[in-house]
Amino acid sequence: MTETKHAAAEETVMIRMEGVNKWFDDFHVLQDIDLTVRLGERVVVCGPSGSGKSTLIRCINRLEEHEAGRIVVDGIELDDDTKHIAEIRAEVGMVFQQFNLFPHLTVLQNCTLGPIKTRNMSPREAEALAMEYLEKVRIPEQAAKYPSQLSGGQQQRVAIARSLCMAPKIMLFDEPTSALDPEMIKEVLDVMIDLAESGMTMICVTHEMGFAKTVADTMIFMDGGQIVETGPPDQFFSTPKSDRTKLFLSQILSH
Amino acid sequence: MAGRTKKRRIQPLDVVVLGAVVALVGYVAYRVDTVLVYTWDWGVVPTYLFRWDEETGSLIPNLLMKGLATTIRISIWSMVFASAIGLVLGVARTRRRLFPRLVSWAYVEFIRNIPPVPFLFLFYFFISSQIIPLLQIDAMLNRASPGTLAVLEVLFGPANLMTNFVSGTISLSMMAAAYIAEIVRAGIQSIPRGQYEAGESIGLSNLSVMRYIVLPQAIERVVPPLAGQFITLIKDSSLVALISIQELSFLAMEIAISEQRFFEVWIVTGFMYFIVCYSCALAFGRLEARMGAHRR
Repeated sequence: MTETKHAAAEETVMIRMEGVNKWFDDFHVLQDIDLTVRLGERVVVCGPSGSGKSTLIRCINRLEEHEAGRIVVDGIELDDDTKHIAEIRAEVGMVFQQFNLFPHLTVLQNCTLGPIKTRNMSPREAEALAMEYLEKVRIPEQAAKYPSQLSGGQQQRVAIARSLCMAPKIMLFDEPTSALDPEMIKEVLDVMIDLAESGMTMICVTHEMGFAKTVADTMIFMDGGQIVETGPPDQFFSTPKSDRTKLFLSQILSH
Repeated sequence: MAGRTKKRRIQPLDVVVLGAVVALVGYVAYRVDTVLVYTWDWGVVPTYLFRWDEETGSLIPNLLMKGLATTIRISIWSMVFASAIGLVLGVARTRRRLFPRLVSWAYVEFIRNIPPVPFLFLFYFFISSQIIPLLQIDAMLNRASPGTLAVLEVLFGPANLMTNFVSGTISLSMMAAAYIAEIVRAGIQSIPRGQYEAGESIGLSNLSVMRYIVLPQAIERVVPPLAGQFITLIKDSSLVALISIQELSFLAMEIAISEQRFFEVWIVTGFMYFIVCYSCALAFGRLEARMGAHRR
């Protein structure tokens, strides 16, 4: 009984993309994307720049609009219905390459804005919640500062805490460490590893292959707007099937 | 601050420039004095600022001070209304939907490309014949209790001139709103896309993104041009003298003509405007310094 229930939970599909296509004018940025992400699955997407990785995950919370195909997030059809978009955004957190913190608000206010305005939380409740997550990302002592007073790594951790305050079921990471100085990458990756271990469903676009090997359940390689290869990390890194994947991996793993 | 003591010593060049300025001013003053056959008489001006009231036995403000009060009132109310209209129009201008954008665009271009004088004359007829009767100000004033009336007089000036005051305020607000709309639009468009995306990704509605994220940052960025616009508005308030609003310039003109003391009256009037505008500039300077708190 418990076993079948467990099996059913494992099969819960959080994100389903079917035949998704998108164009930027003449540029076919996403070509027939099919992707299924299960509850608790950790997906790492890699590929050369311009391959459509960012666009892929930005379609999931409608920062970009897909022009053909279906996207279903936790049973909610992503269409032009603004109610559906709002429901999906409430369940999907996102972390950006450039952090995109709100510079006019303190770290704490960055975290509480969402819960107060969209979840009708009282400021006190929201602050307690925000402090909890700021502790999880290990910077509770910076709560009263403004983003510009923090280092890049600290800012990105605030951005993660800000997303987590909305209690998302899915977290999207769009090259979260690409804008960071090398010595700050680890502190952000550590937070992401914690998050992965807590069972969060995650899609990460990243070139941090060490991180990918540690946390990924599924690796995806994209090139030219297509998913070229999908597979578990051990197989993906040791015996990639496609030549394009081999080439890419040899380029980024050679150093 | 103490660490940033830049070289502020007076250099030889500064002395030369300063000397040139003093010489020029002296020369102009000398030319005016010799060419212009004019006997200065400052005696009349003070009595128009304040006069001795025999009944109460005290100094009370006379025409020029009353005019200044009207100028300040009309400027403040126009700033309030122009800011409100300008904010709405400025936001409308950045919308994706065509209709709000079109309305805002039409308004801004219409106002901006007509000089204030024809606008004031033409629009004044419309306001005084259509809008003022609609507001029923006189009826309202008649019904008002002495207490309310006193408050209204503090806010909007003497009761007998209130309709006159309202027409001036509407005209001035409508002109300034177009320029403020452009400033607000520029501010909004300077906010990077990532800010919208971050707001949307934490589930905020478009309205909330605008209200809590974009506008606070946009307004902060445009405080300097906004200050300039407000100062322009105070100075432009002298234009409503053309439609017989009894503010500082209107009264100054009357006094200058009736007393035949053009230079004295206008110099004093100009100085009064300067004090008001410069105070405004200082106030905005402080506001700017305070708002930049998070940029430390």
